[in-house]
Amino acid sequence: MDKLLKLLRTNARLSDAELAVMTGMTEEEVTKKIAEYEDSGVIKGYSTVFDEEIVSKDYVRAIIELKVTPKAQVGYDDIARLIAQYPEVESIYLVSGGYDLSVTLRCKSLKEVSDYVAQRLATIDGVVSTTTHFFLQKYKESGIMLISEDKDERVLQ
Amino acid sequence: MDYSKILSKRAVALKPSGIRKYFDIAAKLDNVISLGIGEPDFNTPWTIRREAIKTLERGKTIYTANAGLYGLRQQISEYTAERTGITYSPDYEIIVTVGGSEAIDLTVRAIVEPGDEVIIPEPSFVCYRPIVELTGGVPVIIDTKEENGFKLRAEDLKPKITERTKLLILPYPNNPTGAIMTKEDLEPIAEVLRGTNIMILTDEIYSELTYGVKHFSIVSLPGMAERTVYVNGFSKAFAMTGWRLGYLCAPKEIVKQAVKIHQFGIMSSPTVSQYAAVEALKNCSPDVENMVAEYDMRRRFLLDAFEKLGLECFEPQGAFYVFPSIKSTGLTSDEFCERLLYSKRVAVVPGTAFGESGEGYVRVSYAYSRKYLKAAMQKIEEFLTELRSKQEIADD
Repeated sequence: MDKLLKLLRTNARLSDAELAVMTGMTEEEVTKKIAEYEDSGVIKGYSTVFDEEIVSKDYVRAIIELKVTPKAQVGYDDIARLIAQYPEVESIYLVSGGYDLSVTLRCKSLKEVSDYVAQRLATIDGVVSTTTHFFLQKYKESGIMLISEDKDERVLQ
Repeated sequence: MDYSKILSKRAVALKPSGIRKYFDIAAKLDNVISLGIGEPDFNTPWTIRREAIKTLERGKTIYTANAGLYGLRQQISEYTAERTGITYSPDYEIIVTVGGSEAIDLTVRAIVEPGDEVIIPEPSFVCYRPIVELTGGVPVIIDTKEENGFKLRAEDLKPKITERTKLLILPYPNNPTGAIMTKEDLEPIAEVLRGTNIMILTDEIYSELTYGVKHFSIVSLPGMAERTVYVNGFSKAFAMTGWRLGYLCAPKEIVKQAVKIHQFGIMSSPTVSQYAAVEALKNCSPDVENMVAEYDMRRRFLLDAFEKLGLECFEPQGAFYVFPSIKSTGLTSDEFCERLLYSKRVAVVPGTAFGESGEGYVRVSYAYSRKYLKAAMQKIEEFLTELRSKQEIADD
């Protein structure tokens, strides 16, 4: 992967000047390259990874495994597009294996998750079954550790 | 007991490593940010660790052959041939050692007689001189200079050669300066040595960690393999410091002697580490590449940061250290390090720990995360600002 993208993935708040120093590019080159990435859709957005546990405890996350039977006029993409519209949905992936769509939800309560699954997801034409897994603990997100790292135990020789 | 009568005079005469001093102080202070460590901050790549676990699960915990696991020696032979063009026989020309340090020790002990002179360019790693002194050899120091890129030059080497010169130590890529020697830099050195009986110990432990330029070994030059002991290891390239594994490759006449010393002193290198090391050499080049890319970003960050602070900094092309000059502060290396440590709780190593020619410099390791380096550089900036304003007041 491009050095610039690697750096941005670990910290999107690095300034163009800082990125230039670390990659050996000029600041102008960095600005131009990032604009190119944004225009061509390589960079889709910038988000912040924070520990939600600390900020607010009033949410529930779940992964829903969806089994889907695509029909002549309604493929995976159409079903995914429909589900993606709901603001509670954080991510959707089409996956291989025992089920088809993996949907991550973020809701305010268990009740909201179950209502959402029962009323919105299960009722979609083509959805055959749903399995809901609630998140218990988050350890790592977007490559960033959310649990404290080991102490540096290296000693000077 | 009167220990002064018991202890070996040679051991007593050894000076303790200059790095230690600050760490003893640092250990007593709280919240010290250390930029002193000379080992990677990365974990050993997972597949290497997995190989070690497998080795333990299968109970393969017996001694290996003295010279090392044959399969590992074969891998070392291939790996070294790819990089140097020289094919060492796994049967007679390779010893797997307990780190690069043991390889250096074995080489010196196999070659150096009391009174023999060993040429050591400085600043350089702290172990060469004491190891030479323990054998009764005489260290002959060449001070390399920043204006020459801290490289060893033929014109500096020639005047140091005498009838007693037995060995030249070539510590490149260099700890602490980060200097490298290119093929063009090495050729004149090789030319000085051709036709002599002087051996070379080339310590290439940082060979995989170079930036923007590929490492070149002196052993690849015509006529050098017969006079060179090639030392390398796993610690730096594969982040395997605690596994204690290195190796030496040399003509069989030398290996024949060195392996006896290894056998009597060590028996064989750690077996689990040796099995894991096979995986490192076979499959872990991508891991090394990733680490090198990360080191390079940090290196650029630090160079830029020191420049902004107004401290001149030689551009290192290897290892994971920068070696800024602190001469403009008017402080000695020792004073700089001590004051920085006490006032800002930041530990760096004085250049003098690596030889007298390190005076006026400090070694800053970038085997730390970028975030950590940034925090440390902010502290160094505060330190310099305060120092300069104090000096201005004194000048008025």
